[in-house]
Amino acid sequence: MSTQPAMINRYRWYEVISIYAGIFLFLTFILAPFVEGFLVSLKPLGLLFSSPYKFWPENGSFAAYRTMWVSVPGFARYIFNSFFISIIVTGIVLILVIPASYAFARFQFRGSGLLLGAFLAVNMFSGAVLLIPLFRLMRSFGVLNTYFAMMVPGVAFLIPTAIWLLRTYMMRIPRELDEAAFVDGASHFYTLRRVILPIAMPGITVVAITTFIGSYAQQFIFALTFNSKTEYMPLPVGLFAYFGRQEVIWNELMAASFVGITPAIIVIFFLQRYLVSGLTAGAVKQ
Amino acid sequence: MNVQRSTLIFAWMLLLPAVLYVIVIVAYPLLDTFILSFTDASLKKTTNWIGWVNYEKIFNTTFAEVIIRTFVWTFFSVAIKMIIGVFGACMLNAAVPGRALFRVLTMPPWIVPMAIGIFMWGWMYNGQFGMISGVLQNWGIIDGPIAFLAHGSTAFWATIITDVWIGVPMVTLYMLAAMQAVPQDLYEAAWTDGAGRFYRFRRITLPLLIPSMITMSMLSLISTFNSFDIIWILTQGGPNGETTTMIIDTYRTAIGSKKYGEGAARAVLICIFLSIFCVAYFRVTSRLSAGESNR
Repeated sequence: MSTQPAMINRYRWYEVISIYAGIFLFLTFILAPFVEGFLVSLKPLGLLFSSPYKFWPENGSFAAYRTMWVSVPGFARYIFNSFFISIIVTGIVLILVIPASYAFARFQFRGSGLLLGAFLAVNMFSGAVLLIPLFRLMRSFGVLNTYFAMMVPGVAFLIPTAIWLLRTYMMRIPRELDEAAFVDGASHFYTLRRVILPIAMPGITVVAITTFIGSYAQQFIFALTFNSKTEYMPLPVGLFAYFGRQEVIWNELMAASFVGITPAIIVIFFLQRYLVSGLTAGAVKQ
Repeated sequence: MNVQRSTLIFAWMLLLPAVLYVIVIVAYPLLDTFILSFTDASLKKTTNWIGWVNYEKIFNTTFAEVIIRTFVWTFFSVAIKMIIGVFGACMLNAAVPGRALFRVLTMPPWIVPMAIGIFMWGWMYNGQFGMISGVLQNWGIIDGPIAFLAHGSTAFWATIITDVWIGVPMVTLYMLAAMQAVPQDLYEAAWTDGAGRFYRFRRITLPLLIPSMITMSMLSLISTFNSFDIIWILTQGGPNGETTTMIIDTYRTAIGSKKYGEGAARAVLICIFLSIFCVAYFRVTSRLSAGESNR
């Protein structure tokens, strides 16, 4: 019995070769921009602009990784801003989402299904559609050209996924735990804080990671539109300004990009199991 | 009765902060967009109610062309994403050594800051020095350099390819999860009956995957329709407006030219299309899950 799956999965040699060929083709498409970007960051500017095109860098060096700190003034600041914005956004999302998810997971009341649907419907609208009124809103709050203008709208669009993930997680916590606490005379609030929160910690961690990554990856349109101060720009917008110049110093731009994506890459390698389960949770069994 | 009531109050207390936040940042702006679309709001101090003028203006301009272009762009992007994503999921689902690593390597386009991935594509599309033009020339496929982003037809496809690249990891991992949810004993039963690998794929895997494929393509449709960053960074809607989609046109009208009223009218149209997709999505998924439970 137990040998059957192994037998089923045994491939003939030509099958193995075609699977690897398929994977190679697929990953070439996925990774080509990174490979090319990395090689560009190693090439001296002269080689970069020589023709015919050369794929491999001859006499490549990491010089661009040093010089970029000088030629992109404020580069360190952009990275700090990106992290700072993402951390605060993640914090606000968690504060809003943990209680809401618990309510959706535990209490059935009139309209709760509809309300959850309304939250999920927020996902349908990108920030781009609501940009005009959001711009006016930020202006009337008086927060244009501050960190707040980039954080406040971003939070709203990260709430739906976070609620969905955490609700799914909390629904798996046995209801008996709540009831036992209740029988012992604990209040609702005490139950949430002392019983549910500690058990839900792994789920909250997954939500925090996915929210952070989402916020780090999507810093563009709000930062582009609601902030014009260089010192508050997150990395993508800071580099975009640099990208838009007449003469782009490509090797430095690519070096800067690689430094900028490092946190994401680290997360992928260390936390990928959580990430996949988090990002595809609820997707298959809906 | 009293307990019930206190529970209800507690539930609403938990929900209130998130609900209020979404009302202020999403629901109110949605309403405001609708109202603004009937006004001539701009940088001027005064704002007048002008009725349907903004909507009439939209249809007197080339906006109809923009709508069609948006749909064509979205259609091809979603279709290619699904084809490559399902292909990738099939490959990664095979039990060959190294597959755990290959799955990790699928993720970067999804996880890294979107804008940075797009910068890299911007370089690859460069005619004089970029990789695509360079490699094609070295292989003798094309004679001279092609600046992919400088010509309308190539820029249109270039932006689609970049959008596909960003969307493929999600489709792949989602379809992979769906494939792994197919009960193993179905395969074993078919295998015992002597069914070949391809037959098993066609008769077991594919039919069971169709609900997930439909769900995924609809989710993908909504996010692709909203796509902004890719086109804005690569071409800003150019050359000659040939990559201008509805979102880009709205952004340019509202934020670029500061014509808030006209921009809002465009945004309302986008919202109408999105709501249609949204309703279709909920209908299809609820029907799919109903079909599931009947089985």
